[in-house]
Amino acid sequence: MRVFLAFKQAFLQIGRNKAMTAASLASITAILLVLGIFFVIVVNINNMTEGIKQDFDQVQVYLQDDVAKDQAAQLQSQIEKLSGVSGTSYLSREEALQQWKVKWGANAGLLDRLQSNPLPNSVIINISDLNQATSIVDHVKTMSGVEKVSYSQDTVDKLLQITRVVQIVSLIIILVLIFISILVVSNTIKLTVLAREREISIMRYVGATNWFIRGPFLLEGVVLGLIAAAIASVVVGVLYHYFIARFGSDFLLLMSNSFVNESFLNFNLAIIFAAIGVSVGACGSIISIRRFLEK
Amino acid sequence: MIEFKDVTKHYGANVGVDNISITVGDGEFVFLVGPSGAGKSTFVKLMLKLLDVDKGHIYYKDYDITKLPPRLIPGHRRSMGIVFQDFSLLPKKTIYENIAFAMEIVHRPARAIKRQVPQALELVGLTAEAEKLPNEISIGEQQRVAIARAIINNPDVLIADEPTGNLDPDTGWEIMRLLEQINRRGTTVLMVTHSREIVNAMNKRVVAIRGGRIVRDELGGLYHPEMDDDPVVCRPASEEALPI
Repeated sequence: MRVFLAFKQAFLQIGRNKAMTAASLASITAILLVLGIFFVIVVNINNMTEGIKQDFDQVQVYLQDDVAKDQAAQLQSQIEKLSGVSGTSYLSREEALQQWKVKWGANAGLLDRLQSNPLPNSVIINISDLNQATSIVDHVKTMSGVEKVSYSQDTVDKLLQITRVVQIVSLIIILVLIFISILVVSNTIKLTVLAREREISIMRYVGATNWFIRGPFLLEGVVLGLIAAAIASVVVGVLYHYFIARFGSDFLLLMSNSFVNESFLNFNLAIIFAAIGVSVGACGSIISIRRFLEK
Repeated sequence: MIEFKDVTKHYGANVGVDNISITVGDGEFVFLVGPSGAGKSTFVKLMLKLLDVDKGHIYYKDYDITKLPPRLIPGHRRSMGIVFQDFSLLPKKTIYENIAFAMEIVHRPARAIKRQVPQALELVGLTAEAEKLPNEISIGEQQRVAIARAIINNPDVLIADEPTGNLDPDTGWEIMRLLEQINRRGTTVLMVTHSREIVNAMNKRVVAIRGGRIVRDELGGLYHPEMDDDPVVCRPASEEALPI
């Protein structure tokens, strides 16, 4: 009941201070929007690199021609014991040729002219941890019966590097944005508090405790944060929806990878917005009201 | 009830109060008179611990205000009702909410608030204005709201800082009748005023302050002309204030 009354009071106050409320609301919403759009971009870049990474998490081990199938099986079980390996599979030369034919599609007829199958038998290693790929490759090369190991190490290294840079940069930018938003919001709320300085001093005169004075402002900040989060969620959701509708298929063709699922992203974004909105609103209130209270 | 003992408060080079000692007993009605800048407001602010003393002690009930730890300050202020010259109502709250607010901060149950606020509104004759905002009623009515708020928690002391200063004479007298009524219920009333007519008509204890010192303290005292502001001090509000 008390909580309900307190929230009712917060909404009433928000309604009565329309101009200031609008200013605070606009600034929190704007920051959340920037943050949200940036977040959407980062999540999609991450998703993209994850997709690309998956194309590189396989190592093909070509076997010497005299290696029999049961020897290959032994080799497989040895490889599977290595850390960073999630599994192996055997690919016979016939299957390999078949795969080529499928890949070449319309031009597969060219392969029919071959007099014998030039492809070796091979073992495919699926790698679970790309960071260990190099050491796995080095180790497998030394095993007996191995003719050659095919692995695009340079590409993978570069990809890993790019992913790491993207992650670090995005983290820094998100932190900076949150910091700026607390500054902006606490300044806007400071205006609200300044406009009600008289009110606060009257509260002190009649004997209100610090928490009693702080409470309504805190709640107002929280409610403002929630409203801003709701607005920002809807706006980003709608923008993302139209963006996917417009560019989704082009992107799929280009990158052979789709955008991050809409409802999944919207749900997470709403939660993140609510968390950031509430904490920014609350921090802003506490910071800006501090100097008006009893030491 | 209230005892100032050798209390001094300076603002830099300016004197607030200078070595003041005075005792006010339970249930007394005391006028605090003096020219502008004499130290009357300092006196009130020291009692509310809105200011700290430079020297001396202020005893209230059984404790020393000057040694009050911060966490006990709100409770101290709640035991006093305060009425300001400018009413100090919360502008964004209705009349009802302004009075209820004083009860909310002492965590009175909602039931008690629902019962007592209408009673207080009736006492000050504002039942019909309960849902209006302060700027929608006259200043005399605003002052009555401020008084209702000040007494809603049955304070031991009511401090009124020039409560009639902004009012026309008729409204001023209404306020005085209210204050006297409150005093008769046993509440100590300490009223800062500039009004000669009110002081002379009420026949109460009069404490005169000048230059931060108590220059006179008489029971049934009269307002002395020397208490008026020096001629150089212009008081633009004097036309609206009660005739002196």
